Amino acid sequence: MQELLAQYQSVTAPEVLKWVNVGKAKDFPENGGACIKYKNKQIAVFNFARESTWYACQNLCPHKLEMVLSRGMIGDKEGIPKVACPMHKKTFSLKDGNNLNGEDYKIAVYPVKIEAENVYIGFID
Amino acid sequence: MVGYKFCEKLVTRSDRENYQIEVFGEEPSPAYDRVHLSEYFSEKGKDELLLAPKSWYKDHGIKLRTSSLISEINIKEKEVVTYKGEKISYDHLVLATGSSPFIPPIKGSEKAGVFVYRTTEDLDAIKTYAKKLQKSNKSKATVLGGGLLGLEAANAAKELGLETSVVEFAPRLMPRQLDEPSSNTLIRKIESLGIKILTNKATSEISGTDEIDALTFSDGSRHETDMLIISAGIRPRDELAKSGGLKTGERGGIFVNNKMETSAKNVYAIGEAALYNNAIYGLVAPGYNMAEVAVSQICGGDKTMAAHIDMSTQLKLIGTDVASFGDPFIENEEVSAITYENKQSGIYKRINVTLDGTKLLGGILVGDASDYQNLFQIYINAMKLPDNPEDLILGSRGGENTAMGSVTELPDTAQICSCEAISKGDICKPLEAGECCSMEDVVAKTKASTGCGGCKPMVTDLFNATMKSLGKEVKEVICEHFDFNRQELFDLVKINKVKDFDEALNLFGKGHGCEKCKPVLASIFASITMETANKQVTIQDSNDKFLANIQRNGTYSIVPRIPGGEITPDKLMTIGAVAKKFDLYTKITGGQRIDLFGAELHQLPEIWKELIDAGFESGHAYGKSLRTVKSCVGSTWCRFGMHESVSFAIQIEERYRGLRSPHKLKGGVSGCIRECAEARGKDFGIIAVESGWNLYVCGNGGATPKHAILLAEGLDDETTIKYLDRFLMYYIRTAAPLMRTAPWLEKLDGGIAHLKKVVVEDSLGIAEDLEKEMQSLITNYECEWKQAIEDPEMMKRFKHFVNSDEGDDNISYVPLRDQKMPKAWT
Repeated sequence: MQELLAQYQSVTAPEVLKWVNVGKAKDFPENGGACIKYKNKQIAVFNFARESTWYACQNLCPHKLEMVLSRGMIGDKEGIPKVACPMHKKTFSLKDGNNLNGEDYKIAVYPVKIEAENVYIGFID
Repeated sequence: MVGYKFCEKLVTRSDRENYQIEVFGEEPSPAYDRVHLSEYFSEKGKDELLLAPKSWYKDHGIKLRTSSLISEINIKEKEVVTYKGEKISYDHLVLATGSSPFIPPIKGSEKAGVFVYRTTEDLDAIKTYAKKLQKSNKSKATVLGGGLLGLEAANAAKELGLETSVVEFAPRLMPRQLDEPSSNTLIRKIESLGIKILTNKATSEISGTDEIDALTFSDGSRHETDMLIISAGIRPRDELAKSGGLKTGERGGIFVNNKMETSAKNVYAIGEAALYNNAIYGLVAPGYNMAEVAVSQICGGDKTMAAHIDMSTQLKLIGTDVASFGDPFIENEEVSAITYENKQSGIYKRINVTLDGTKLLGGILVGDASDYQNLFQIYINAMKLPDNPEDLILGSRGGENTAMGSVTELPDTAQICSCEAISKGDICKPLEAGECCSMEDVVAKTKASTGCGGCKPMVTDLFNATMKSLGKEVKEVICEHFDFNRQELFDLVKINKVKDFDEALNLFGKGHGCEKCKPVLASIFASITMETANKQVTIQDSNDKFLANIQRNGTYSIVPRIPGGEITPDKLMTIGAVAKKFDLYTKITGGQRIDLFGAELHQLPEIWKELIDAGFESGHAYGKSLRTVKSCVGSTWCRFGMHESVSFAIQIEERYRGLRSPHKLKGGVSGCIRECAEARGKDFGIIAVESGWNLYVCGNGGATPKHAILLAEGLDDETTIKYLDRFLMYYIRTAAPLMRTAPWLEKLDGGIAHLKKVVVEDSLGIAEDLEKEMQSLITNYECEWKQAIEDPEMMKRFKHFVNSDEGDDNISYVPLRDQKMPKAWT
């Protein structure tokens, strides 16, 4: 199971080697999430319309290792944009992937850009 | 555990960057929680027992090397050598090597089927052997040793389905903590749960050809068993220290002073491996304390270990409270024991009090340890006792004040959380300084109650008392985004005709919402306008979002509505055919319906299309909404039936189907007072009597079962429905989020008498409004699954990937009694 987790490492915008087109902006619900596939990775993409910002993170919840984060509710904790896992409501910052319940879980986050109505996620592989 | 605690304490220091930390462990996994080892069988997987995942070490810049046994230490060269011969130098060396199980020199202990109980590997081996035994129809397990760990092991063996006995050498169980009467109380409790206890038995031989088949005792008696788990105490693991030339005790243990320093410079020992004050401490609290002292000393601080180490302990053993504190046994010319014993309920309490009645020196609690925290505080802080010290264990009789006094009377130094060594001051000061504002803040800052959790009620009391003393009202609000409770928000949305969540947030809230307020608002919108979960998908809770119940592996279960539990053979065959076609695990629910498990997200619409074509509709099993109205067969078939319970149940279930409420709603209709529908265990229950229907409300099963209470009797069909409309709508308008009808009634001012007045006599003059509101919801009902599959835009969300038609390849199953179940989390 550690290998599954190890596939996901945060990427920052300057590190990006490849921007991957993952679909049309309209295919992602406003203020909600959806999942995309890239190679053998599952990435949750969130259209944070209230802030006109997009976020992406691993779809895998590190708590029980299920591919579910894209189905979670998003929102904020004291201004930090977050996603709540639909399974046990563990919450994670969409900015840096840190767990916001004070637990040691962490998720990988990826940069997103929108160009000509297309959604791109930045990867290094 | 103690080694991990050392790391945890070190990385939170401000001078953390001055140190490089490297951790070596012999086992393949990082440090895990041995205190809760027995839960490895029943509830927790290995990952959940971990004190921190591997990533924690990485994130905190700690080099973690598991499966790396250190075979040698060289104090002259200041280096350690791994079993592979690799040399690593150190500035400071901390030995937290723990202990190993002590195996008494009994003949035959090498036979197959003899185990120790220490690591998850031991537990795996026990589990495998138990399975092997069960295949050959053997089932007897014995635990050697009736101490703390032995009883834990016995419970684990019992959980594995084995016929379990415990053999103890001493005349009583837990001889270090319990006296004879308390041991007897514990024995009675444990034996009533099916574990046999043998005391006063010295084992002289383990017999059997290759595999163990019996124990022989020194009194000549024999005890047949197919497996033996030895839990006869621990021995500190000091071999590394000994071979490295460190001073060790005669009976084992690495000698340390009160700074945790060993005989060698810059080498420290902590935990069960350390010999402090000529003793080994096998509890986690002193071990954590040692870790803290070692961190302080290494970083140039001056923390030292107290001269006297408190060995008080409280725990749940095989479902029974057991606690002992201070000196549990002391009794002499100056100290007398006050005891209370109740054989009927299996409770024993003892306190040791000085003859002048001023000081509490120790005690024992078995069967009910709810007073432990208070007694322990009185003992450790040498607090004044009440005039009648017996009140401490009997409760004050007659007077109004409790014998224990209030948490506010404790001194600031009083230790509240012994696992994390957190005092009352540590908890209250950040609150007083405004650094913490909520219970969550306090827990996050202090880590209080994150260990065994025993102090949680006291931490909560302290939080509430401190907030109150600061004049801060702990207002019941939904979350940080809305400063209102549910009822206030319900009224605001209704009066202002708010359209959606964003508008509500802009008008009455702040920020962007969260997983708490979104589902509350979704429920409020549904309860005002009957909008389905398809309208504002992104604010729906996990299950409502996809109109199905999310299960352990991220797949969903499907429950079609079967009103009143009545179903035709044809419809039954449809469900069977669908389940077979999509390979779904099938089970009858408690609410007289059928649950189909294991549907992947993208399969849900396809499955529902087939069900809807056959005349089914959503059962709303996923929603905080009406679930089922259970019925008995009633007067149409039953020779005792007085009225047609099935017909009435169907009518009511169809009336309220899809109704969203603060929590789930369940109903029942019974055709006579034999009550086969168990209607009084429901939020509303209707029972036929000679003169009509009796209507009961606010019952539930679950964790806190409550029988429903009579609201009105001898009603006709119409009046029953009228009262039900009023009752349900009143509850929906006023209850807190996720509050079922029973706790709602408990909190309702005036209770059932008030409810009767509102519903039956219309004392508030709102009955007509309530009925109208309900009627509008009923008229606007629509099956949300039918709505969803007919709208391609709504269907978009039932896809695992936006950019691929594949499903989730992370899902796998194992067989289960001719069906399947999700592969376990590991």
